[in-house]
Amino acid sequence: MQKQITKTSDFLISVKLGFFLALRQVKHSNKATTALIIFVMTLTFLNLVVVRGVLVGLIQSTINVYKERYIGDIFISTLQKKDYIENTPNIIEIVKNLPWVESFSVRYTQSGTIEGTYKERISYTEKANEAGATITGINPTKEDIVTDLSSKIIEGSYLNEDDTESVVIGAYLLKKYLPIESAAFRTLENVDVGSKVRLTVKGNVKEFTIKGIVKTKVDEIDMRVFMLDTTLRNLMGRTDYNANEIAIKIKPDIDPLIVKNALIQSGVGRTAKVQTFEEGLPKFVTDIRDTFAILGNVVGSIGLVVASITIFIVIFVNAITRKKFIGILKGIGISSQAIEIAYVFQSLFYATLGIGVGLLILYGFLVPFIASHPIKFPFSDGILVAELPATFLRVFLLALATVIAGYIPARMVVKRNTLDSILGR
Amino acid sequence: MIIEVKNLTKSFKTGDKELVVLNKMSFSIEAGEFFSITGRSGSGKSTLLYQLGLLDHPNSGEIMIDGVNVSLLSNEERTKFRLKELGYVFQDYALVPELTAIENVAIPLLMQGIEKKEVWKKAEQALQKIGMGERLHNLPNQLSGGEQQRVSIARAVAHDPKIIFADEPTANLDSETADNVMKAFLELNSSGQTILMVTHEPEYAKLTRRAIKIGDGRILSDGRPEDII
Repeated sequence: MQKQITKTSDFLISVKLGFFLALRQVKHSNKATTALIIFVMTLTFLNLVVVRGVLVGLIQSTINVYKERYIGDIFISTLQKKDYIENTPNIIEIVKNLPWVESFSVRYTQSGTIEGTYKERISYTEKANEAGATITGINPTKEDIVTDLSSKIIEGSYLNEDDTESVVIGAYLLKKYLPIESAAFRTLENVDVGSKVRLTVKGNVKEFTIKGIVKTKVDEIDMRVFMLDTTLRNLMGRTDYNANEIAIKIKPDIDPLIVKNALIQSGVGRTAKVQTFEEGLPKFVTDIRDTFAILGNVVGSIGLVVASITIFIVIFVNAITRKKFIGILKGIGISSQAIEIAYVFQSLFYATLGIGVGLLILYGFLVPFIASHPIKFPFSDGILVAELPATFLRVFLLALATVIAGYIPARMVVKRNTLDSILGR
Repeated sequence: MIIEVKNLTKSFKTGDKELVVLNKMSFSIEAGEFFSITGRSGSGKSTLLYQLGLLDHPNSGEIMIDGVNVSLLSNEERTKFRLKELGYVFQDYALVPELTAIENVAIPLLMQGIEKKEVWKKAEQALQKIGMGERLHNLPNQLSGGEQQRVSIARAVAHDPKIIFADEPTANLDSETADNVMKAFLELNSSGQTILMVTHEPEYAKLTRRAIKIGDGRILSDGRPEDII
């Protein structure tokens, strides 16, 4: 027991003295060298967090857009082998009465074709300027409340509730926005805002004017043609109110699972598929997100190893050039533990400052800057994902790696024979 | 007796040959003595000091310091023993470059776990005693050789060690500064401090109370310095 108390007390003395020695060493070290080491630590930290953050951010922004512009927090859709959601009016009543629901949009969808420049077509042997599309009937006001679709109109304007003769067309149905030449996938040429287009739905044909072009970078939206729900129902010849999709936006801080379970318990699951936003994501998106996260971690780990080696070399060179003084300290009775702790504190100093500067750059500049100036990618507007728990895990890992990288060379030098060190042998 | 040495042997391997530097050496030192070890270059003076100062391990033999058989101590125990009971003055001063004069003196005291306030008081007193009261906060590179050696002496005495080991403390100093350093040692000794000093300079050895001359691994003579030098 007494031995244990003595050991603890010795350790505390060593920590205090180690800190004292480290502080003096750092204070009197070469300022330029110290700045360079801190710079390396900052870069390593940013490499650890930012590379992964950008990779994950590319996919995360796709996921966010998918949620915000298409499926909402909860997505109700048709069961497999069904053409529509049966008893939609009942389901709408249930949704309306849920206290967690902020807004929802009911959509009618039907596959069809859209044809442009048909008036300039000279003969029937000439290939029609047409494309396959999902024709979607919406209440423009309600849809806009859920998905803010009007903000994604890149040309022309959004639909009003009396736009019975107009459509908004997804950008990926137009060759100028998706210049792909493929027999299987066709896009419209020379079609713009104000152009007349002919829609064929269930054999019924009607002419519309393109009022606006929408681009969200979500394929499911950008390959649709939007019109008023009443117009589409008339075009399809539907007299019931059975819809195909209901996107629900819930109030902030509400767990989507609670809403999903409430809907299931109300019997919605019998006539429709109910999914949370996570469940509604296409599998390839979540797979890419996970793969990118792994990739980011691999790149980050390499950075971690590089940082560890840097600190190892710095401390080793420092310790080896000071081995005489280390020997003298041991000679006059300073414990090896105190000397090793001094080097650990020194490493921690570099790590703390490097990480501190890194955190400032990350949250003070990079995250807000990339949020306001997203990285433009074809499939998303990349953001920088740097959640605090994940960042602090990396802070801990880098600090740990630094401590180990500082301790090992110090231990190597400290455990040398005291007299040999003093005499410089 | 403060130091008792029995059959102390230390040898070094150089290639296939074994060079015996200290060969079954035995002697003792009284408390309060100012003891010098002399001999020609390479005679093993410093080697003997390192064995007695617990900085090195002898091949065989026994060393008793103040009744403790230090030959049996573990490395950790030897470090603690050096910290509490011994003081060192090295030829090249051996001050830690990034610590000021007072900090250099304070570190062994801090390692002993003495209260901080007490540490700084003791360190300052030790420096003042040696005439360095005005240079407390100077770094070693801001001090002359003699001043550095005096800081080194202050560090050696600040924790009231039983014995001070001095390895050629005047070798790097001009004669005037060396005289001052010797004066400091004599003052310490006059207050009862046991000092063991290695020197190759006869005039300084003669200032001590007892001297041994070593050569070929043995004590060639032992007695009053003026008689054997």
